[in-house]
Amino acid sequence: MTADRISSTFARCRDEGRAALVTFITGGDPTPADTGAMLDALVAGGADLIELGMPFTDPMADGPAIQAANLRALGAGTKTADILAIATAFRQRHPHVPLILMGYANPMIRRGPDWFAKAAKEAGVDGVICVDIPTEEDQELGPALRAEGLHFIRLATPTTDKARLPAVLQGSSGFLYYVSVAGITGKQQAAQASIEAAIAHLKSGTDLPVAVGFGIRTPEQAAAVGTVADGVVVGSAIIDIIAAHGAAAAPHVQDYTASLRAALEQKEVAR
Amino acid sequence: MTMTDSLTAPNSLRTQPDDRGHFGQFGGRYVAETLMPLILDLEKEYRAAKADPEFEEEFQYLLRHYVGRPNPLYYAQRLSEELGGAKIYLKREELNHTGAHKINNCIGQILLAKRMGKTRIIAETGAGQHGVATATVAALFNIPCTIFMGALDVERQQPNVFRMKLLGAEVRAVESGARTLKDAMNEALRDWVANVHDTFYIIGTVAGPHPYPELVRDFQSVIGRETREQIMEAEGRLPDMLIAAVGGGSNAIGLFHPFLDDKDVEIVGVEAAGYGLETGQHAASIAGGFPGILHGNKTYLLQDEDGQITEAHSISAGLDYPGIGPEHAWLNDIGRVRYEPVTDKEALEAFQRLCRLEGIIPALESSHALAAVEKIAPTMGKDKIIVVNLSGRGDKDIFTVAKALGVEI
Repeated sequence: MTADRISSTFARCRDEGRAALVTFITGGDPTPADTGAMLDALVAGGADLIELGMPFTDPMADGPAIQAANLRALGAGTKTADILAIATAFRQRHPHVPLILMGYANPMIRRGPDWFAKAAKEAGVDGVICVDIPTEEDQELGPALRAEGLHFIRLATPTTDKARLPAVLQGSSGFLYYVSVAGITGKQQAAQASIEAAIAHLKSGTDLPVAVGFGIRTPEQAAAVGTVADGVVVGSAIIDIIAAHGAAAAPHVQDYTASLRAALEQKEVAR
Repeated sequence: MTMTDSLTAPNSLRTQPDDRGHFGQFGGRYVAETLMPLILDLEKEYRAAKADPEFEEEFQYLLRHYVGRPNPLYYAQRLSEELGGAKIYLKREELNHTGAHKINNCIGQILLAKRMGKTRIIAETGAGQHGVATATVAALFNIPCTIFMGALDVERQQPNVFRMKLLGAEVRAVESGARTLKDAMNEALRDWVANVHDTFYIIGTVAGPHPYPELVRDFQSVIGRETREQIMEAEGRLPDMLIAAVGGGSNAIGLFHPFLDDKDVEIVGVEAAGYGLETGQHAASIAGGFPGILHGNKTYLLQDEDGQITEAHSISAGLDYPGIGPEHAWLNDIGRVRYEPVTDKEALEAFQRLCRLEGIIPALESSHALAAVEKIAPTMGKDKIIVVNLSGRGDKDIFTVAKALGVEI
């Protein structure tokens, strides 16, 4: 099945004895025209999965770095149509790299969930992460995504206890994104021991791969998390590079991504 | 009629939301997963508090002896005569401690926070009224408190910033976005998500994730319950119409809710039309917005075709928000409440008229409701009765009004 790039990518990384590298950038940052080159740099640097952020005026779960990226993207006139065009072009250049749209509910449902799911599917997107649609409000987007064969990737957090976990997993597919810090993006990193305990807890409820994100900035941190997780998500640190270098950021993004990938490859995935 | 009666009555409009926090298609719990367990816990605690006579007793005690309730339902004779139509009664929320209806809700929520063992309070504020009310109850209960306020609002509302500080609150100026109420709420949510273990978020209006719209409404419904008793005493019957201004909509739902099942009582909510709906610079979410998701609930929002939230404008900082409480969105869609726009200019005129005719300086928020009264009352007979919610006093607004009138003070 060609559609399931996400599962096959996690399987391949597992075979290679390492965690998958999941990278996030905000679509349209610094401009829609520059985003393609940034995505190519991520792939060239060794990113296994790509999360493409859909900019929103009110990114409530994000820290200063990604807030600013959202504002830069919107300030550059980024529209939903641009995000879909960026995804479509990416899919043509990279037929096998999983692409996930990540963002907030309102831009996703504005034209109706069916419209969004269909447009995302046509653009070659594999899955969607929506910060503010928890399981309880699944009807808002979940059925439309599943009808198009798209993964609805859910977030688990330090507050997702044993009683709560089954609810989070319900209707969840692709992988499980573990937000390792109760807080916003780009801030402090969780203690390694707490991440290990959380992954054991999540694995007791699901066979889905678990990717860990929030606060991972250095190759060393990525390597450490990579020893216990199926995937390591890095976002704000890449956004900082784009903020510093603007349209000329691509080579820097590639170098940084390559350093993360190299760090992951040096470690065996403990199972 | 008590709450229990309405819950058992078939076809009641007072039994919303459903058990998932939905008012028709609106409301709900659209929050990050980190907050979900907390919100479910809050709901459970609120149900328990509601069923606990001691909680109700403490709430009522504080409303009476600290807030100063019941406040009067005052027959505005000169205003009624000037307009030449219906008899106009003012529900005097502006006489509450801290000068507005906001304190009713803050008392209820701080009691919940105490009950839940929370040791830190946060809140968002626009003009500063909810911030002052929150800082007030935090001082009373000796709980540390941080108020998030847009940096632009901090500049515009220095007296309230100073009040909050006098009351012992930390005021954090929010530099993100347009640096106003919406951004303050984003920042309060960011703080909450990072401090879930010890922090209680006192939301100031009937918006946010379930159960906030419900519990804020319940705490504010004291306004409508008192009004029912007072109008029965004064006139021996229910009013023909209720009018209140709607930003998020807490003063309005507080007045409206106890009357929703009284079919003969017409209900009008007043949205801020800013420079006029046609200019695009307004805060009228129902008249000029579309359903969408923001700040934990689904409701009418000011937004563009891509779902990006657009900036609201109103001369009244308390109405300057691009959304509206989900119960109002629902009451609009089912046709139970009519929502009418009133411009900055109309509100300013009504503000001045009430000062001169009744010796009451109304808040600019409440002045929007008064402007609607001025349009509607003359079309009604002298035997008709309108109750308008005078939700706050206007002392805080005199600088804004002076500026708008070209007066330097």
